[in-house]
Amino acid sequence: MENQKEEVLEGIYQKTVAHGDNIITVLQEIQNAFGYVQEESVNWFSTRTNIPASKFYGVITFYSQFHLTPRGKNIITVCSGTVCHVKGASRIISRIRDDLKLAEDKPTTKDMLFTLENVNCVGACSIAPVVVVNEKVFGKMNPEKMSKTLKTYKE
Amino acid sequence: MNGEIIVNVCMGTGGIAAGAEMVMKAFQDEFAAAGLENATVQNRCKLHKVGCRGFCAKDVLVDISVDGEVSTYQYIQEDMVKRLVREHVVGGKPVKEWMAGDDYHIFHDNQTKVILHDLGKINPESIDDYLTVDGYTAARKALTAMTAEEVINEVKNSGLRGRGGGGFPTGLKWSLCAANEADQRYVICNADEGDPGAFMDRSVVEGNPHAVVEGMIITAYAIGATRGYVYIRAEYPLAVHRLRIALDQARERGFLGEKLFGGSFDFDIKIKLGAGAFVCGEETALIASIEGERGMPRAKPPFPANKGLWGKPTIINNVETLANLPPIINKGAEWFASLGSEKSKGTKVIALTGKIRNTGLIEIPMGMPLKDIIFKIGGGIEGDKLFKAVQTGGPSGGCIPQQFIDLPVDYEGLKSVGSMMGSGGMVVLDETDCMVNIAKFFLTFTQEESCGKCVPCRIGTKRLLEILTRITEGKGKKGDIELLQELAEDVRDSSLCGLGMSAPNPVISTIKYFRHEYEAHINRKKCPSKVCNKLLTFFIRPDQCVGCGMCAKACSVKAVSGELKQPHQIDNALCIKCGSCYDVCKFNAVVKD
Repeated sequence: MENQKEEVLEGIYQKTVAHGDNIITVLQEIQNAFGYVQEESVNWFSTRTNIPASKFYGVITFYSQFHLTPRGKNIITVCSGTVCHVKGASRIISRIRDDLKLAEDKPTTKDMLFTLENVNCVGACSIAPVVVVNEKVFGKMNPEKMSKTLKTYKE
Repeated sequence: MNGEIIVNVCMGTGGIAAGAEMVMKAFQDEFAAAGLENATVQNRCKLHKVGCRGFCAKDVLVDISVDGEVSTYQYIQEDMVKRLVREHVVGGKPVKEWMAGDDYHIFHDNQTKVILHDLGKINPESIDDYLTVDGYTAARKALTAMTAEEVINEVKNSGLRGRGGGGFPTGLKWSLCAANEADQRYVICNADEGDPGAFMDRSVVEGNPHAVVEGMIITAYAIGATRGYVYIRAEYPLAVHRLRIALDQARERGFLGEKLFGGSFDFDIKIKLGAGAFVCGEETALIASIEGERGMPRAKPPFPANKGLWGKPTIINNVETLANLPPIINKGAEWFASLGSEKSKGTKVIALTGKIRNTGLIEIPMGMPLKDIIFKIGGGIEGDKLFKAVQTGGPSGGCIPQQFIDLPVDYEGLKSVGSMMGSGGMVVLDETDCMVNIAKFFLTFTQEESCGKCVPCRIGTKRLLEILTRITEGKGKKGDIELLQELAEDVRDSSLCGLGMSAPNPVISTIKYFRHEYEAHINRKKCPSKVCNKLLTFFIRPDQCVGCGMCAKACSVKAVSGELKQPHQIDNALCIKCGSCYDVCKFNAVVKD
């Protein structure tokens, strides 16, 4: 492993485990630093903490927040709460897939520019349907508006 | 205060999405610009970030107060600020046509605000603002003038019940916890608001985080806990940010840390970010998650009040429950018990959403009839469509049809019709919503969120979803309704935790009240509300079609054909019923049947 990466991981260790924080916090920090959880980070921490890697994977696969594959530069999160659902979230999702030429089972575009995800509810139901792009919230979305918004991120 | 001018801009998630940050900046710029001619105005102006005011449908909401006279403006955008400053702030004449109308006042006048009283009035990032509305006086009173037992009794007598869903009496839960011999006890604030369609807790934490902190201090004192945790969703970054600020400020003032309020009681709070698992709203799963494990529920008893976090007695209260405590301690149990209905005391914060005119965050006295919520506060159904049902309690709740419109909204009332209070989400559905599709939506959710520990929940929800899916795709079979009912009862009766026990509720209640919709899907292969695309046929009305070609462009399978400026046609043999043509048509020429 590169020295630089090891330094980052050691930094995370000092910030979390050394203060009594648990695996979930460790993984949240790893993901914040690298965008996703890599196998080598898990192995490094497993050796460092003497906790089996399987335990890390148990937690990673349980919580929807953690990702084992790299994600795109822009994260598009479509809210699929009840209100967004009845107000047409699925039409927005199919528009995004169309525009980005994303296959049904693929979350990330080939050029690594976009990753499409969904969230159970962002709690902004009064402006449904809601789409969040890189933490910016867009309310009262429709397929047309979505296409326009996507374009601004393509440049 | 002579000549003081205060401008309040709504900066909740809804407000920010509607452009509040730009509005805020526009005010700052305009004040700076106006200050050149009229420095006194600029000096007297204050800009506050205020939390959610509830009426998110009308964002960005702006209050301009001149000499204590408040005018509320709705739908404000940055380009409108210039005129507001020029005419109202400088000129002294409110801009009448932008002011909030009667519906804004009807919306607020029919509510009883205890929890939301200070939301939208105080700056959530300022402890001084909270102190001006009697902040931390209840915690001070409890810690300096009352014994722990007296605090517990006060809460018991108030009749407060848990606002997270179960409705368990809060005071009783506390006394069970306090009765345990232990060297350590914990208080956990459950802010893992995972129900789709609910944002009460987010709004309270974003709008008045100190109230939650104060509630936790009171709880900790009552049960003798020195450590507290707030378990909050990572999907609520603004709420987490403001909570962090609140905790730091409380520590600075000596409201958290050692020797609180100069006494001998120590208490501090740590934030734990949830990692996206709905089941972690369940108490034992939440505890497992704080301990760093997979968030899987375990059998009860032992209850967390006896054996919780790291095996120590633990009290888990929901955000709204905690925020109720300061007013109870300050105003007394009797005052609280005078609000609400016979068995459900106090008020309830509700996220009123869906196909309703006035969506937003509201607070009602327990027991208010459903029709008052929907037609008075909510202003009726959006677009003058017909009311069909209201879904309460999120994925654990049920759908309540028109016939129960007079139902009192409290724990018992909702339960009597097969739904539940849940955390307080209320989604209004109109005639264009398909109830089979709604049931399928919730089952998709619970099936995904089932932790997998119990077979009935893990596999049962999957099978329920499969049956619902085939019904919505026109492959429903005779006997499917009975199969759904039987399976739903089995899942409900044999699951370990609340998730599994309540997951079938949406299926059970929609079959009970909307059986005819299921039958139409299965027997006639029709979706009466025209939602389930696979059961629809799309065609183009030649008299409406202008031949713009948008539908042909949108069709991914080239099922639409036609010359430009001539009516188009859809070839049903090719059509995959995706509905794209319907979405793009601006002339209502594409129809589905």
